[in-house]
Amino acid sequence: MAYTFNDYKKGQPRWCPGCGDHFFLASLHKAMAEIGVAPSDTAVISGIGCSSRLPHYMATYGMNTIHGRAAAIATGCKVANPDLTVWQVSGDGDGLAIGGNHFIHANRRNINLNMILLNNRIYGLTKGQYSPTSPRGFVSKSSPYGTVEDPFRPAELCFGARGHFFARAVATDAPGTIEVLKAAYNHKGASVCEILQNCVIFNNGTHDAVYSKEGRAKNAIYLRHGEKMLFGENNEYGIVQEGFNIKAVSIVNGQWSMDDVLVHDAKCEDNTLQLKLAEMEWPVALGVIRDVEAPTYDDCVWQQVEEVKAKKKYHNFAELLETNDIWTVSE
Amino acid sequence: MEIKEKESVVVRFSGDSGDGMQLAGNIFSTVSATVGNSISTFPDYPADIRAPQGSLTGVSGFQVHIGAEQVYTPGDLCDVLVAMNAAALKTQYRYAKPDAAIIIDTDSFGPKDLEKAQFKTEDYLGEMGIDPDRVIACPLTTMVKDCLKDSGMDAKSISKCRNMFALGLVCWLFDRDLDVAFNFLREKFAKKPEVAEANIKVIQAGYDYGHNTHSSVANVYRIETKHKVPGRYMDITGNKATAYGFIAAAEKAGLKLYLGSYPITPATDVLHELSKHKSLGVVTVQCEDEIAGCASAVGASFAGALAVTSTSGPGICLKSEAMNLAVIMELPLVVLDVQRGGPATGLPTKSEQTDLLQALFGRNGESPMPVVAAASPTDCFEMAFAASKMALEHMTPVILMTDAFVANGSGAFKLPDLKDYPAINPPYVPEELRGQWTPYMRNEAGVRYWAVPGREGFEHILGGLEKDDKTGAISTNPENHDLMTRKRKAKIDAIPVPDLEVLGDKDDAELLIVGFGGTYGHLHAAMDELRAKGKKVALAHFRYINPLPANTAEVLNKYPKVVVAEQNMGQLAAWLRMKVDGFVPAQYNEVKGQPFKVAELVEAFSKILNKE
Repeated sequence: MAYTFNDYKKGQPRWCPGCGDHFFLASLHKAMAEIGVAPSDTAVISGIGCSSRLPHYMATYGMNTIHGRAAAIATGCKVANPDLTVWQVSGDGDGLAIGGNHFIHANRRNINLNMILLNNRIYGLTKGQYSPTSPRGFVSKSSPYGTVEDPFRPAELCFGARGHFFARAVATDAPGTIEVLKAAYNHKGASVCEILQNCVIFNNGTHDAVYSKEGRAKNAIYLRHGEKMLFGENNEYGIVQEGFNIKAVSIVNGQWSMDDVLVHDAKCEDNTLQLKLAEMEWPVALGVIRDVEAPTYDDCVWQQVEEVKAKKKYHNFAELLETNDIWTVSE
Repeated sequence: MEIKEKESVVVRFSGDSGDGMQLAGNIFSTVSATVGNSISTFPDYPADIRAPQGSLTGVSGFQVHIGAEQVYTPGDLCDVLVAMNAAALKTQYRYAKPDAAIIIDTDSFGPKDLEKAQFKTEDYLGEMGIDPDRVIACPLTTMVKDCLKDSGMDAKSISKCRNMFALGLVCWLFDRDLDVAFNFLREKFAKKPEVAEANIKVIQAGYDYGHNTHSSVANVYRIETKHKVPGRYMDITGNKATAYGFIAAAEKAGLKLYLGSYPITPATDVLHELSKHKSLGVVTVQCEDEIAGCASAVGASFAGALAVTSTSGPGICLKSEAMNLAVIMELPLVVLDVQRGGPATGLPTKSEQTDLLQALFGRNGESPMPVVAAASPTDCFEMAFAASKMALEHMTPVILMTDAFVANGSGAFKLPDLKDYPAINPPYVPEELRGQWTPYMRNEAGVRYWAVPGREGFEHILGGLEKDDKTGAISTNPENHDLMTRKRKAKIDAIPVPDLEVLGDKDDAELLIVGFGGTYGHLHAAMDELRAKGKKVALAHFRYINPLPANTAEVLNKYPKVVVAEQNMGQLAAWLRMKVDGFVPAQYNEVKGQPFKVAELVEAFSKILNKE
């Protein structure tokens, strides 16, 4: 059965006008329709925060749970019923501050979850405190003189937790967002999608360099596996290797040429280069940065169940009892 | 040789935590249970896994009470104390009766051993005031080495068999049939037959040693079984029985069993046990923390499993937010609290009942949650089954309380037949509600219907925010919140639980003893002793704490005197006073991390009886 985005849509979102969440939600509806998993076989699980309101606008199964625990709750849901397609939605506070532990362990275990990280680098629902992705020195209500701490870089955290999939999109870029969401679905295992998203009220302009189409043309690079890493309005820039590092260079001014431009390898087991790509400040890497196959936790759990079932002789409670040392007391 | 006919005997094995005392104790209880004796066991182990060898802090004990009639507790003091080294004698002698027989390994009472055990002289028996005539002193280590010198085993492996020599000696003392012990070992070491045979040889040597050399010194005890309940039995610890109860409930309900957990003493054995049974489709996830243990169980419950999370008090602190999520989402969940000593890390390996008020109230908001407690190791099976049934049929998290004493102790478990257990019927949304169903529609018992993901046409969103009673959408409407709060409470209050049973002199008791959970055996034994002295005493023991049995007030108000005895500072008493108008009981409170002593209970209750 074919679905349309209307089959996944429900209710009237209550986010501020202009909030990046509106854009993302629309892309998620469309991506789900293109993926075509029935709403009844889909569970959308969020924590707490502005973006975690999202399940209420889904016509699927779902839960808007408690702060930080979305990944842990999604883990139990997926392991208990691996037939469900589970989307876990968190903001940068929910996913990386209070829920940081669950984020890294869901990645390490490689649970087959599509993990959405809506990153606006601010706490919106509590009205404007810095988040674990706010840059050092960031001035907010809880840091009037600037923060004195470094932020997490989500890709680095994901890779550090042995994550096998990381993609990035800008909320206002519907095609780019839909593309990474579909890739996340197609990847078996924990798939982290960082969605760069603007908070119009408390952190307006945080992703300005890439928020508009024109901005992205200048300041972003769309990575595609197996393709040369080119960017710029006329593909006049490319990513090349220099020593142990990579850098963005002009390939039209003579020093570097098309031949020097690296081909993106999202499937490479070693994440060294993928990490460097994810952490570039200019251009900002978008698209699927890492997409490596690995056994998923939920598959392995149920596979082990089958293996043990085949090996052990007891398959119900009565048979389990018989595996013990039993004695008989007679009359 | 004098043969003592005894109603019951208590044996305590003690040694270094690496000496295998738990195993020796386990085998001895199995051997005794096989001849139909009633058994109750209590492992008492230190928090350190391997404290320095021979040190006072590293002593591990295993106490077993065997009786011709029903025994309810592992016994206050022992008739036979096995002390594998000087430190064991030093720390464990206080658990011995004045006329107890004491078995020691003289090889472990050298100058260094005595120093580590802080003896001041070489006359350790004199220092402790022990009559040497009561002591079976044998060079146990030497004899084990001699026995296995041709086995080809290394010194370390040989030394590991010392516990079996002690076991053999005790088996002789109690005139036990060794075949059962041999079979136990052959099965335990099925993959290492040479280890099994070495152990068997040592048991036999211990038995023969007793027979040949001590027949003139010690007593031989005979415990004849009097009232046999025919049937097939196994020895089971409380934690294992709890795990079995969950497995049985899942099978009865036709659901997958999911355990989300994080290792914590004394609850970890439930995780261990359930992890073994993948062939029954049981899934256990050892999570990153206690929070995730509970949170993942909530996720599994949403997905349609019988979801359980297991922990002890400190874990309940961490799980309480996710437990509350299950309260407001009205999803089934069983939270197992194997209580230990608190607060904070407290006494990790010891037993208390100090989490009761936490279980009842330890969450934000109005958060009604059923609380049940297991009374004995085997009762853990019944209560795990009951808690699961309650959770699934009433769409609520349920707290199942046990404690370290009940969890690690064991008893003879008559194999249950699931046909004798009630069906478990979760309130799945009836098909006829298709098209009009909303998430908070309730059945006649006030229970929200369950729509499990995967079912087309019943897609819905649950969450931690208050929901509209009618539509299931987020609502901050004041009237609605008040209504939903009342509905959640009414649902729990309406859960049917069995009436409170009164044991003993139920018609004319002068004193009613009241307790809950794991103290049942001790309170029962105290009541029996008082009644044997001609006192009129009854016992009402709570297994269902929220909601309380319907006849609670009637029972509590019936008797002239009531004492609530519990291993905390009066938490059950506080709860009962809150729930029963005018109820002012006497209290007996003890928080030592150790089981009650029946003798102390008898003394305290006698004082209450004698007071005008």
